[in-house]
Amino acid sequence: MQDLIWLLPTFPLLGFLCLVLTGGSLPRKIVAVIGAGSVGLSFLSAVLIAAQFLASGEDYFVKEVWVWMAVGEFTPGFNFYLDGLSLVMMLIITGVGFLIHLYSTGFMADDPAYSRFFAYMNLFVAAMLMLVLGDNLLLLYLGWEGVGLCSYLLIGFWYENPDNGYAARKAFVVTRVGDTAMAIGLFLLFTQLGTLNIQDMLGAAQQQWAIGSPLAIAAALLLLGGAVGKSAQLPLQTWLPDAMAGPTPISALIHAATMVTAGVYLVARTHVLFELAPTVQMLVAFVGLATLLMAGFTAMTQRDIKRILAYSTISQIGYMFLALGAGAWSAAVFHLMTHAFFKALLFLAAGTVILSLHHEHDIFKMGGIRKQLPIAFWSFIIGSAALAALPFTSGFYSKDEILLAALAVEGPGLLLWIGGVIGAFFTGIYSFRLVFVVFFGDSQGHQEVKEEAGWTMAAPLMLLMVLALLGGWIQVPLDAVFSSGAGHEEAPVSLLVHAVMIAAPFLGIGVSYLFFMSKVFDVDKLMANPLASSLHRFWFSGWGMDALYQRIFVNPFLYLARINRNDLIDSFYALLVSITRTAHLMLARTQTGYLGWYALSMAAGLVLIISLGVML
Amino acid sequence: MQSIPIEHGLILAGVLFALGLVGVLTRRNIVFVLMSLEVMLNASGLAFVVASARWGHADGQVMFLMILTLAAAEVAVGLGLIIQMYRKFKTVDIDVLSEMKG
Amino acid sequence: MMILFYIAGTVAVVSTVGVIVQSNIVHALIYLILSLLAVAVVFFSLGAPFVAVLEAIIYAGAIMVLFLFVIMMLNMGQHTIDQEKTWMAAKDWALPAGLAAILLAQLLYVLRDFQVDIVPNEVGVLEVSALLFGPYVLAVELASILLLAGLVSAYHLAKK
Repeated sequence: MQDLIWLLPTFPLLGFLCLVLTGGSLPRKIVAVIGAGSVGLSFLSAVLIAAQFLASGEDYFVKEVWVWMAVGEFTPGFNFYLDGLSLVMMLIITGVGFLIHLYSTGFMADDPAYSRFFAYMNLFVAAMLMLVLGDNLLLLYLGWEGVGLCSYLLIGFWYENPDNGYAARKAFVVTRVGDTAMAIGLFLLFTQLGTLNIQDMLGAAQQQWAIGSPLAIAAALLLLGGAVGKSAQLPLQTWLPDAMAGPTPISALIHAATMVTAGVYLVARTHVLFELAPTVQMLVAFVGLATLLMAGFTAMTQRDIKRILAYSTISQIGYMFLALGAGAWSAAVFHLMTHAFFKALLFLAAGTVILSLHHEHDIFKMGGIRKQLPIAFWSFIIGSAALAALPFTSGFYSKDEILLAALAVEGPGLLLWIGGVIGAFFTGIYSFRLVFVVFFGDSQGHQEVKEEAGWTMAAPLMLLMVLALLGGWIQVPLDAVFSSGAGHEEAPVSLLVHAVMIAAPFLGIGVSYLFFMSKVFDVDKLMANPLASSLHRFWFSGWGMDALYQRIFVNPFLYLARINRNDLIDSFYALLVSITRTAHLMLARTQTGYLGWYALSMAAGLVLIISLGVML
Repeated sequence: MQSIPIEHGLILAGVLFALGLVGVLTRRNIVFVLMSLEVMLNASGLAFVVASARWGHADGQVMFLMILTLAAAEVAVGLGLIIQMYRKFKTVDIDVLSEMKG
Repeated sequence: MMILFYIAGTVAVVSTVGVIVQSNIVHALIYLILSLLAVAVVFFSLGAPFVAVLEAIIYAGAIMVLFLFVIMMLNMGQHTIDQEKTWMAAKDWALPAGLAAILLAQLLYVLRDFQVDIVPNEVGVLEVSALLFGPYVLAVELASILLLAGLVSAYHLAKK
């Protein structure tokens, strides 16, 4: 069964091909079967492969399928590499991906581009599987770019609206910045270490580079650039909130199973490099910390239900980066998994809410719909609890591990820990603000709303609820992968630390309750304060990052484009064109159409040629 | 029998050719143009025959026969074209046919 | 023979001048026939009786009759003669005549040290035929194809 690992990306790819080549001419039922079924088959084989792999007790498994290209020594293969890390990733991608596909068959039922939607989704899953299962960096990069392409296609899925196209381009261009850095990083690694095979490359790096050597730092920095772009961390996080332009299941897929987790995967996969560059690893931690705090502040002020969830994703990925920076590789992957469960749950539930309320996105126009939408309500309760890391939910265990690992970091450990705890506090506020405002509070005239959830939509929600609650009990088999990074032994931590970590989200929920449920504090009154309102505006705009980039990058670029409208290099070609055109006009004038004139010219030419012959 | 200097024969051919050229260039009536063209062709044939006589070979005469054939075919096609032109444009003025102006 | 050559050459030149300056097209055609006949005499004087006969029969005979037919079909009356006169202004002549004069001068310049006399030995039908149906047989075939093509296209073009 392990030998059939190549089936994993092949199923969705075949699904994509079927759907694309038929060009939307298939009936919806068959599209749904192909679209969801291909990922389902993929999940099924993933489970079987995982079972066999775990039973075999091997540390890793390589399946060589074929040599992609052979140029001298350079022979990257189409090889699949399975170890604990890619095992976890592939199960998340296919499992959560399948649930999202299943949900989409119901959610997108009325969309005219049903077939196109599933084609893109399948390609997305195939690319992501390629990314995590590839045994060399080239294959990883193939999946990496495939994911970028699919995110572009899916964010701009409703392309009739130019705003969506803009959001798609923004996502594509911003992640491209990171991708470029990563490509340069791959070049660097290949030229220095002479191989693209990830395991060989990591081994060679350990042998050739001392800890803290400049090359290791450069390579780690460049890879980090790629990871930051894909995972929407500071300073390349601006694309993710706008990526909400796509249909909600896509947001779920991007946030939970694919795309943003790719950056975390990349860093975890190449963790040896980061261990060789401790400064970069520390940078990873601080990038994560800054991102999680910034996104937390921003999430508190948003009104759009999907944007709140988007910022919460940025914040949670920030936690993963914090864990990566702290060297807690398995904690990061563990949080990635639990996050996949509860974030998929939240997004799919949000999709149900949005669909039931006829594409209403503003949470303040929802209000009091817990009776009408029971499934979505319970999904949100459980999802938000897991997001806020309330005890015994899945998020609690993973976040707990991360914060403990952060505390154990030598040097700025306490700082990282405090930041993380503050972040947890904010998580409590914004996640339950969403719940309180949407499901409790005053009704906004949606009494007649009926929950639109057939079994295809309800079943994934139920399953994800279970996973979000109990996912923390899953043991991720990562010890073999990160054996080298076992530097953080369990330090004894005082009870106070645990108490603070448990209390922080509850405090946040309490604050949220006082503001949005019991109305002890009045938001409007707070907004009357000029400082608070300007802070609100600042946070609402995502810390003004978009405006900043507009000013730093976009405007100068536009200015350059404007002053260089008559492009300097083009002018040379324009000159050629105008010379040709002038010559043409002059010659065209000799084309008088008079036969006598032509004969005369010929005779004159004859005379000229003969005189040349006679004279010379 | 007195001999004829070869240059005189060639000069005669050249003069006839130049006269034909003048005719082609100056006349606007297409029938005249075609006739002048015949003069030019004939002049070139004369040059061949003169050369043939100079060497006492028959090759130049064969070439003249070729020119004769060419002239016959050319006149047949040319006159057909003139008739068509007259039918379409009701004129034999070649300057009227200047639609190919660039 | 020499006298014949010069007389016929003079006639040819004069009658050709007549062709290009005449405004009456039928007169011009007769001048042309005269010119062609004079050239036929030149051929004869150069010792090429076969081509001389062909010149007289085919050129002066057949081709010129074709011209005559066309001129009759076009039915050019007095008004075309008047029109020809208006078309032959002196300024229209200057440039072509100048060019032709230069061309002729160049030819004369090239011929200036050509001092070979022709002894007009007769090269008759026999030699020409031997060549035509010997080494030049392919050219003869090609000429026949050309004539066929001319025939077909003339028929097609002259059709209503």
